[in-house]
Amino acid sequence: MQDSGSAAPVAVLLRPPANLVSRKAIPFWTVRAGLGWVVVTALQIVWLVRDELNAAHVAGFVATAVLAAAHLTVMPRWRFRVHRWEATPEVVYTQSGWFNRERRIAPVSRIQTVDTQRGPLEQLFGLTNVTVTTASARGPVHIHGLESADAQRLVAELTANTQAVGGDAT
Amino acid sequence: MTSTDSAASVAEEPAWCRLSPLMLAVHPVQEVIRLLPVLVGVLFIGRNDNGPLWSLIGLGVAVGLGLVRWLTTTYRVTPDQVLVRRGLLRRQVLTVPRDRVRTVDLTSHILQRVLGLSRVVIGTGRSDRGDQGVTLDALSTAEASRLREELLHRGRPSVEAGSVLEGVPEAGGPVGGAPVAGVAEAGGSKKGAPTVGGSQSGVPGRGLSAAGAREAVRLDGDEVEVAALDPAWIRFGPFTLAGLATIGVLAGAMGQVFNETRLNPRDIGALRAVYDQLNAVAVPLAVLEVTLGAVALVALLSTIGYVLAFWNFRLTRHREGTLHVTRGLLTTRSTTIEHRRVAGVEISEPLLLRLVRGARLIAIATGLRVGRGAERGGSLLLPPSPVAEVQRVAGEVYGEPSVVTCALKPHGPAARRRRYTRALAAAALVTAAFLLLWRLAGWPAWTWEAALALFPIGLLLAADRYRSLGHNLLGGNLVVRQGSLVRRRHVLSTDGVIGLIVHESFFQRRAGVATFTATTAAGKQHYEAVDIEAGEAASLADATLPGLLTPFLEPRPPA
Repeated sequence: MQDSGSAAPVAVLLRPPANLVSRKAIPFWTVRAGLGWVVVTALQIVWLVRDELNAAHVAGFVATAVLAAAHLTVMPRWRFRVHRWEATPEVVYTQSGWFNRERRIAPVSRIQTVDTQRGPLEQLFGLTNVTVTTASARGPVHIHGLESADAQRLVAELTANTQAVGGDAT
Repeated sequence: MTSTDSAASVAEEPAWCRLSPLMLAVHPVQEVIRLLPVLVGVLFIGRNDNGPLWSLIGLGVAVGLGLVRWLTTTYRVTPDQVLVRRGLLRRQVLTVPRDRVRTVDLTSHILQRVLGLSRVVIGTGRSDRGDQGVTLDALSTAEASRLREELLHRGRPSVEAGSVLEGVPEAGGPVGGAPVAGVAEAGGSKKGAPTVGGSQSGVPGRGLSAAGAREAVRLDGDEVEVAALDPAWIRFGPFTLAGLATIGVLAGAMGQVFNETRLNPRDIGALRAVYDQLNAVAVPLAVLEVTLGAVALVALLSTIGYVLAFWNFRLTRHREGTLHVTRGLLTTRSTTIEHRRVAGVEISEPLLLRLVRGARLIAIATGLRVGRGAERGGSLLLPPSPVAEVQRVAGEVYGEPSVVTCALKPHGPAARRRRYTRALAAAALVTAAFLLLWRLAGWPAWTWEAALALFPIGLLLAADRYRSLGHNLLGGNLVVRQGSLVRRRHVLSTDGVIGLIVHESFFQRRAGVATFTATTAAGKQHYEAVDIEAGEAASLADATLPGLLTPFLEPRPPA
């Protein structure tokens, strides 16, 4: 009975999930990655203070500036185009990453918990993360950078759907 | 479970039980054995610094802690729950709903066996790694097996059931044995069949193979033997390399003895003779001698280890729907697994075992810890033994013999190319590093010359790694195989799959392949097919969760 899928003659592909995350995620990811680069720069300044200025320092600063600029312009936009999610009454389907891409599918019937998290930086941008866990230690599905209102709606929907079906396959 | 509830209200609350007081005797003896080198030092060598004193204080503390543990640990089994209270300053009460008990594991090492004790570990469906489960260390063996009977064969209390059992009604019957959670069980609900938890078939939706039933030996009314150790299997012992770990432990112990007794290894005649002989002969001969000696020692210790661990090995199937593994020469281990929790099986073939056509069988089940190796975690279903035997038992335990041996789809040219790229890149990287060190840091030239050997080794490994790759999905059974140094074939029921991950790294995307991962609550929690073609990943996903992914599938654009 389950053979129909594998025996299907038509070649298929998984399409990406339908919904984009909030546009505010782009500045959020930029700021978060920027904080990391601030740390790198600070370390270089410490190095400079303890030492005479020489070619190595200049090269270090230039390399940092170039890498940081490239990372901060490319990564958030690329990531915004990749990060997507979709929920049907039966499954939660997400896509995340940028350089590497990962798609996760969790059947609603196997959901154990639905959590939301908002870090301090995320609160500033009005964003919320949703985490859907299953009984597998490898199973959690994360949706990052949702508009808080959307996140609330999604959680309510998933909770209702989860109660409608049973069985967590443990 | 209403009948159970009403019966429980009639029966009085079961009493809190203590661990066996005999454990108080085991604990100090264990400590004394551990401190034996120190005691030898104190008694016979007459050392007089503070080291031994501290060791003796440690012994006293250990004994005291054992006493506290005995005094503070109590447990009780009610009709619905298993409760364990423990801790002196930080009181803890562990509560396990009985319908969540998946496995019961009894272990007795040699001292415990002399005193008739067993350590009991009750496994639940929890899958976090740090979880120790519910451990009772230790109960009398009779009490322990009674507890196991009660927890896993609850439909039909055993004959020797004692006072603890009386609170548990027989009223449940075989169906009462199926927990409330069982109704919502994936296996039952998805196949549309009512869940009959304690039924003979054990695994819903997968009947036992006819072939297996024919070969099975009937032991008594309740248990059917599926497999037992054939002494001829001991020939696989030298190929398990279990001896390597033993050598480590032995070396540690010897070091401690020499340290505590202030003996110089060179003062011992035999060791000195070996040392002198090695110094006398040419270097290549000495290397050869040491290698041969090490190989012989590892083979010998591995064989001894095999006998110690797997003597009396027996795998039986109980009428109440459990699998029962007993084994061990000195330390005995007896693991009981609910058969319907077995979501799949793993056939593992380490390279050396594969050369002599041997394999091991491991259960993929919830409630078994896999983090610390299948043997210690208790999920081992068959010790290293002939492949044919492993396949027979796998088919019988899993209930679907065809998928254990079925042909697998190869992963295609991109997967092959990626195997070779990786092997050659790794070899090139190491060789380049040694070349640099030779040029810049004056390392001897033989380092990078030796590293050149990585190229042919890498090529062989890559070829074998590609040959191992394979996957298939047959009638609700996902089969994946990979690995060279340890080749593993995982057979997993799609009913146990609780999520899918399709991962594409930047380079995988360029090559048009993806890694398909099925997550599960059982075993290692995730099983994957590496580098399969993207379209194949989509159809595999669709077949694994039939019907659920229809909205997300689109026809593939012609290439």
